[in-house]
Amino acid sequence: MLTAHGLTCVRGERRLFAGIDLAVGPGEWLHVRGENGAGKTSLLRLLVGLMHPAAGEIRWDGAAVGELGDEYRRQMLFLGHHGAVKEELTTLENLHFAAALDGAELPEREALAALHRFGLRGREELPVRFLSAGQKRRVLLARLVTRKARLWVLDEPFTALDVKAVDMLSALIGEHLGGGGMAVLTSHQAMPIAGGRVLQL
Amino acid sequence: MNAIFAIIRRDLLLAMRRKSEVLTAVFFFVIVVSLFPLGIGPEPALLRKIAPGVLWVAALLATMLGLQRMFAPDHHDGTLEQMVLSPTPLGLLVGGKIAAHWLLSGLPLVLLAPVLGLQFGLDADALGVLMLALLLGTPLLSLIGAIGAALTLGLRGGGVLLSLLVLPLYVPALIFGAGAVEAHISGLGAAGHLSLLAALLALAVFFAPWATTAALRIALE
Amino acid sequence: MTMKENKLVHWFKYASPQSFYPLAGKMIPWFWALTAAFGVAGLWISFFVAPTDAQQGEGYRIIFIHVPTSWMSMFIYIVMAGWAGLGLALNTRLSGMMAQALAPTGALMAFLSLWTGAFWGKPMWGTWWVWDARLTSELILFFLYLGFIALQAAIDDARRADKAGAILALVGVVNVPIIYFSVKWWNTLHQGSSVSLTKSPAMAMTMLWGMLLMALCLWMYSIAVTLMRARAIILEREAHTEWVKVLDEVKS
Repeated sequence: MLTAHGLTCVRGERRLFAGIDLAVGPGEWLHVRGENGAGKTSLLRLLVGLMHPAAGEIRWDGAAVGELGDEYRRQMLFLGHHGAVKEELTTLENLHFAAALDGAELPEREALAALHRFGLRGREELPVRFLSAGQKRRVLLARLVTRKARLWVLDEPFTALDVKAVDMLSALIGEHLGGGGMAVLTSHQAMPIAGGRVLQL
Repeated sequence: MNAIFAIIRRDLLLAMRRKSEVLTAVFFFVIVVSLFPLGIGPEPALLRKIAPGVLWVAALLATMLGLQRMFAPDHHDGTLEQMVLSPTPLGLLVGGKIAAHWLLSGLPLVLLAPVLGLQFGLDADALGVLMLALLLGTPLLSLIGAIGAALTLGLRGGGVLLSLLVLPLYVPALIFGAGAVEAHISGLGAAGHLSLLAALLALAVFFAPWATTAALRIALE
Repeated sequence: MTMKENKLVHWFKYASPQSFYPLAGKMIPWFWALTAAFGVAGLWISFFVAPTDAQQGEGYRIIFIHVPTSWMSMFIYIVMAGWAGLGLALNTRLSGMMAQALAPTGALMAFLSLWTGAFWGKPMWGTWWVWDARLTSELILFFLYLGFIALQAAIDDARRADKAGAILALVGVVNVPIIYFSVKWWNTLHQGSSVSLTKSPAMAMTMLWGMLLMALCLWMYSIAVTLMRARAIILEREAHTEWVKVLDEVKS
């Protein structure tokens, strides 16, 4: 369970938001909405620990995330604006190295299954450089499956996805929530996933 | 521990797939060293005297070339964020990045140095000391350089700024590294210089990844 | 326990820019007065009381500037690193501002030390520059200051600039002694018994007094200038806050 209390974010000299409270329990997801520059990305970066709030606190299962450290990061997955995929590496290598940096073993079978699920069959050995923007995002979706995390924090996950991929991702998130997972995401469009709550910035 | 080896393997693999970067630094080293006799004249005694200094200064500049790209690509494509958020402690991952940088831009210099030293008329013993000094000194350059690379991450004019920050900090490595070879040639023995270099390396191994990690977190915030 | 807490609160009160600003404003004239007093006394001793040196003539008198500026340049770097470390540890805004305010003065001292060293070198050794251990380390210290200033100038976000500068200052302060000893080692290896700025024959007591007074003068000057610069930085960074908007000097 992710809870935050009284979050305040200051960028430079501008106060983006103040006194934000939120709670996401198992099977729930939070839709962070707001205009450009309202601080959606900043809020997500606060939640994952890339930034520190000017005021307020963030707790995971009741304990402050700063004290949990590795323990929290093991159970949380963040996908930002940038894909964190290496253009020179193949799709398969990308998945393997991403898992290895987390200190986890990723069996070949599992990695292949994830790639196939998102329509990247036949492109396992292809450097990511040769993929289209949408296909690159699909590599990230494969990462969502291979990295087992209870909390997903996704920044604009639907960008650059075609209709079919949007459905795939929605289904994936639904599955994740169904299994007791949690998700926080930003998106401009309304999303057809049950159990959502909206946080307007 | 596996994460360290994974990141080293990944960086080496990436370097293999875009060979130009590694080779540029190595060629730079060779060319800079070869320019000195042309500028100074071919007198063997003089060349032998300046050889340690020239090789070391060229090594400093050559490692600088790769420094800027140490974290920049990872920062650019978001991998650095993932590294910070990984359950693996960031210090270990940074250690892996530094090790990879040394393997790609320090080790080739160590291996090439004797060939270039021959051009300057150094004898076999002096070449051995030169290699040993570079073997101890180039990791030090990668470690100190990593701090500068992390501090200047994503800044405008980062490259020039990086050299302004890092080169003064390279002074002790230069003095002890080049000094080891000179001391050996003049018959004083290089042991003192080399052990000081090793001491600095030990200090940097503990201190530099910590400072680099802190600087990276600041750069991302 | 409560007393300790009170004291802590008290200190943090002055660590906030809002309460530091007027306090610094009140202190500045005093430090200028002390600068003038020590300066007059120091210069009087250095020009009129200290005897003419038997070997070096009148030209040696430049050490009354040279030595104190060298001292100050090193001392200021340590103070700067101290503020920087405090800023990283306690996350106080004022620390970063103080470190930023100190850097130009430190760089100035290092530069003056190099400049006067060259002026002294010309008549003494017939050359503007010798690779003496002290001058060389002073030069590198000057580079460290420039690096610090350049890094802070390159970062737009003031908080990031403070923190990045703090790490650089801490790395620098660890390196300063290493650099100093390595340069000294290098110097003895290469020149053997070289000319050295400190090896003047048995320093007379009056000369020591002159240098001490000049050092105190520069010390007071550094504090005064740093406080003024810190006040300017506070105004710049806090321009959007209410308390700055109601200040007399801002309104007019």
